[in-house]
Amino acid sequence: MKRNSVAIVGAAETTDLGKIPNLSQIGLHADAALNALAECGLTIKDIDGVATAGHDVTEVVHYLGITPKWVDNTSVGGCSFMLHVRHAAAAINSGLCETVLITHGESGRNRIGQLNRAIFPSLFQTQFEQPYGVTFPPTRFTIPVMRYMKEYGLTEEQLASVAVVQREWAAKQSRASFRDPITVDDVLSSKMICYPFRLLMCCLVTDGGGALIMTSAERAKDFPTKPVYVRGTGESAETPLISQMEDFTSSRAFRVSGKSAFEEAGISHSDVDHLMIYDAFAHLPIYGLEDLGFVKPGEGGAFIADGNTRPGGQLPLNTNGGGLSYMHSGMYGMYALQEGMRQMRGVSDAQVEGAEISVVHGVGSMFGAAGTIVLTNNPG
Amino acid sequence: MAERAIPTPTPESQHYWDGTKQGELRIQACNTCEQNYFPPRPFCPKCGSRDVKVVKASGKGKLYSYIINHLPSPGFTPPFTVAIVELEEGVRLMTNLLEVEPDPAKLELDMPLEVTFEKLTDDISLPQFKPAK
Ligand SMILES: [Zn+2]
Repeated sequence: MKRNSVAIVGAAETTDLGKIPNLSQIGLHADAALNALAECGLTIKDIDGVATAGHDVTEVVHYLGITPKWVDNTSVGGCSFMLHVRHAAAAINSGLCETVLITHGESGRNRIGQLNRAIFPSLFQTQFEQPYGVTFPPTRFTIPVMRYMKEYGLTEEQLASVAVVQREWAAKQSRASFRDPITVDDVLSSKMICYPFRLLMCCLVTDGGGALIMTSAERAKDFPTKPVYVRGTGESAETPLISQMEDFTSSRAFRVSGKSAFEEAGISHSDVDHLMIYDAFAHLPIYGLEDLGFVKPGEGGAFIADGNTRPGGQLPLNTNGGGLSYMHSGMYGMYALQEGMRQMRGVSDAQVEGAEISVVHGVGSMFGAAGTIVLTNNPG
Repeated sequence: MAERAIPTPTPESQHYWDGTKQGELRIQACNTCEQNYFPPRPFCPKCGSRDVKVVKASGKGKLYSYIINHLPSPGFTPPFTVAIVELEEGVRLMTNLLEVEPDPAKLELDMPLEVTFEKLTDDISLPQFKPAK
């Protein structure tokens, strides 16, 4: 896409986060959408493009009362919203629509009005993985890590330090689910879920939603909100089968998506003031730091354990506390984008002073897909 | 899902499940680029050629990675091991590890494994791996 040609003018989460017993999944989409519309002074009539994942886009369109000229229901797991931002930017630039609403809502904890995802017994996953007793994400997403640990000497303590550092960020966030400090010992003595992963290395399961509103950079100047520009984008996909990843120590989708986003944005790693890497589990920031090129292969664990990503460190990472401490409804990518937006607007509870470039990287369907967005508040 | 997942073969994967029922682990190989591949497809995912064949794998491999699952799973008694085996032929498969305790002290990466078959139904036998003798 053309650098800084499209802006995000609306960004909001649901009114509540965590336990929301009074809203169904579609209700969470709508609550977030109405919050985002209100903050940028738009009404539903102004929206002519809609994108969502994990929910039928036609139901979102109908429930909110939108007449769209463009829809995108790309669903590749929790990073789908990064892909929506990319696709919406292309659609706006080519004149397919003017103002796009991207919604997410998930009753992850209370499971109200959730769509049951179909499980077909003939799919590769159900033929070649599920019969071995892998069902929940913790049993699949974690499988490559022992190989990584052997190849690079990553320790359980370093893995635990990811959760510890992110809790330090969460302590600053008024809306984070967990804010009390934890230690490496706390993490390593928490309940075993899937060796070598313990409870505090795994994401939360909560209710919530979020929405973004995008339009051309030209029109963005007329909005009451401070526009945040989309400077670069990337996306890729590899495989829904964790057993068939090309490389257990690195994600091909991460590498392709990250490279594209950095090239489009025309930035180097030293330009990045703030970074979000989708952390459904503690190993993901390690893989992300390496596959996006911030550190060399094998260095991610020590980089985090040595304090480089904690408050005051050289590379503020997952400043909302991440999926490990802030919230995780199931498709967390929207919340990573929301924190990137808050940082670029200068309103995060854990604000990185003077931050001008934020990189937000998402993963979906285990290591199946990835999306990367470079945001900036300074279009130059 | 209250019961263990039972695979449903497709026309493209029938040869694999016919093989396991007869105690054979079958993978595929490309006649054009000579690469082995898995899971089953009637063409080569490396070069796109339809000139492919089904070959019997040796059933020998090594432990490539694993987790020990402590979560409930229909048909299993946790904790149990979910592993990735890398076959001598180069392809990787998911498996459980049988005849060895789900204990990190007993599970060393790259340890040699060999195939065995677990009968799930009259039609479906599942390839499983155990430490090589
Ligand atoms: Zn070939």
